[in-house]
Amino acid sequence: MMSTLPSASGSPHAPTPSQPADITQITSSKVHMGANGAPKREPGRQRPSAALPNETLLRWLRDMILIREFENRCAQAYQQAKIGGFCHLYIGQEALAVGTIGCLNHDDPIVTAYRDHGHALARGMSPRACMAEMFGRLAGCAKGKGGSMHMFDKPNWMFGGHGIVGAQTPLGAGLAFAAKYEVEVMRRTVDGGPARRKVALCYLGDGALNQGALHEAMNLAGLWDLPVIYIVENNRYSMGTAIERGTTMAHDLTAKAAAYGIEGVRIDGMDILNIYDQFKPLVDRCREQSRPAFVDLLTYRYQGHSMSDPQKYRKKEEVETVRQRDSIELLSQHLMAERRCLSESRLQEMIDECKAAAMDALTFAETAPAPEAAAELYSDVYVNPQPGLSPLREYHQGAKNPLL
Amino acid sequence: MPRTKQQIEKGLTLVDAINEALAQEMERDERVVCLGEDVGLNGGVFRVTEGLQKRFGADRVIDSPLAESGIMGTSVGLAMAGMRPVPEIQFEGFLGPAYDQLTSHAARFRNRTRGAITCPLTVRVPWGGGIHAPEFHSDSPEAIYVHTPGLKVVVAATPTDAKGLLTAAIRDPDPVVFFEPKRVYRSFREQVPEEQYEIPLGKARIVSEGSDVTVITWGANVFQCLEALDKLPEDLSVELIDLRTLSPLDFDTVCASAEKTGRVVVVQEAPKTCSLAAEIGMTVMEKCFLHLQAPVQRVCGYDTVMPYAKLELEYLPNADRIAEAIQQVAAY
Ligand SMILES: Cc1ncc(C[n+]2csc(CCOP(=O)(O)OP(=O)(O)O)c2C)c(N)n1
Ligand SMILES: [Mg+2]
Repeated sequence: MMSTLPSASGSPHAPTPSQPADITQITSSKVHMGANGAPKREPGRQRPSAALPNETLLRWLRDMILIREFENRCAQAYQQAKIGGFCHLYIGQEALAVGTIGCLNHDDPIVTAYRDHGHALARGMSPRACMAEMFGRLAGCAKGKGGSMHMFDKPNWMFGGHGIVGAQTPLGAGLAFAAKYEVEVMRRTVDGGPARRKVALCYLGDGALNQGALHEAMNLAGLWDLPVIYIVENNRYSMGTAIERGTTMAHDLTAKAAAYGIEGVRIDGMDILNIYDQFKPLVDRCREQSRPAFVDLLTYRYQGHSMSDPQKYRKKEEVETVRQRDSIELLSQHLMAERRCLSESRLQEMIDECKAAAMDALTFAETAPAPEAAAELYSDVYVNPQPGLSPLREYHQGAKNPLL
Repeated sequence: MPRTKQQIEKGLTLVDAINEALAQEMERDERVVCLGEDVGLNGGVFRVTEGLQKRFGADRVIDSPLAESGIMGTSVGLAMAGMRPVPEIQFEGFLGPAYDQLTSHAARFRNRTRGAITCPLTVRVPWGGGIHAPEFHSDSPEAIYVHTPGLKVVVAATPTDAKGLLTAAIRDPDPVVFFEPKRVYRSFREQVPEEQYEIPLGKARIVSEGSDVTVITWGANVFQCLEALDKLPEDLSVELIDLRTLSPLDFDTVCASAEKTGRVVVVQEAPKTCSLAAEIGMTVMEKCFLHLQAPVQRVCGYDTVMPYAKLELEYLPNADRIAEAIQQVAAY
């Protein structure tokens, strides 16, 4: 009888034991991995993050705490059936969105999959607009039409939130293509402003590694020198499928990018300083050289895949192990013990502020008006009303969302 | 698998019935394999394949990577080689990546090879709205597949139908898209025969007989239509037809009823334009013109993307909208 899974030993994609291939194997925050997981830091050379001002790190800490508190509220609202459909929480992965977005300019475009609340908030979306979207309210970032998986924020250069796994990856290539075209061909932005070099970030889950769209996109990006960075949010699971059950070369995902001539690195994503140290130089390089890159960013979701997940596929201890190196904890420790710019009481204040902000978003969403069916059911399908199809005589764009 | 106490006393849900159909057919025919995302260890997103991997092993109930094109294309290859694959696509919206393999390959091989190579696969797809999920998780794309020559398309509304239709679909020598109305996956139970049986593809079911108006529907809308019947005046006699198979469509039953009543309403969740409701209305007009007493009416979703949350309730046909259409047609 054949065996569905190749045995680990002797299989062409068996892990080499020396490198930590996933987040559960990293127990000390001292491990900083360079390309292919090898610890790399020349002694005496300053880490890029050391040059960041305290305010920046404190802001990141606040952003991470806000995401966590926001997600806690989402969980509660979902359990009370106030949020419909699906709700995928970002708890555990906060450092990833905040850290990578922290390496960008405001007008560098990003695009991600459906686990997108963290990216939206890290990009600066109002928590009210984010929560209202999940509640299906008019004040939501997509006027309550998209829900949890479809966060869009054009002013903040966030191009979604996408529900079809992997389908966002060619979009990342396209966003990068546009940026390159502005600089190299039009020599202005599409809006007529001065063009400057940009990098697009395209996030994907480890499950999306197996979608054909990604491989077409990476090939295009490699072939056309597009400044897009594919960031695998490698949280070890695609629903109930552990990464090594779903993809080849799970111990070295960068091999997939290498096949398309794309530079790949693996980064410990629990330590936000480490993310910055490794990711910022990569962003700068991709921007300057107009080249793609691929990052295997090791992270972990503490909660189930979505709100209804019995989690039969992992052990409680595994979750506990990773939580020992919680990203919020790591950063606050660093700010207290090493930078000495944060006190216990200030941290508590920060947590309270974030709790209040999340609560405010929830209260806002609960009381915000729902879209009016007669108008909103037909709005924004075409640029103009479609005679005979819609009862509306005029194109209805609805009210402009004051939160965006 | 022996039925549980609850199943024996209260009957099976749609999910139970599909699970039993799969298990019994796998037992009977070793060529049947199930594959898809999380169908094994996790028992599927809707737990429809629960317990099957334990019973039949990981070689026959296969957890695949997240790769619909791969799942569908591999199933096509398996079927061409004579196997009976039953792939699962988690939601109708994810048929997108699988579309090419399904329509360019599965649907066409019988024709392209003049019958030498066939494609007996049955793709199971949770389908339709009513669970408050957003687009891709609530859509009704059946018309696209009915419009594709070479594919058969089935929608089972009840546990009894689901078991018999799925068994027939797996045994059918052509590729079948088997849509499962997720809205009624667990909404009620009914007694379902324990032994295997087939409900032939292409045969509609007359849910209730009547003489004044014919109502044609499929999937979960059967239940909204039943609800609508309760809202009608006592003396209005409605014949309700559940198509069950959308391709090939049972126009014999549809037209016989249309000729009897002369008044027809078609109810569907999908957007109106170029939909199956349009096809049914047109065919009734072609074949039953002289019998018609009123223009055929359609109660449909709107020509817009399936909306999320509260708007869903506006979008989906409900009992009031259906009852109103029936009365209009009756009064014409
Ligand atoms: C094309 C497609 N297939 C299946 C799904 C259902 N689905 C949603 S999330 C998911 C798992 C994705 O895992 P991963 O990419 O690792 O992202 P994570 O949930 O870990 O963030 C699946 C199978 C989908 N949304 N789109
Ligand atoms: Mg994952």
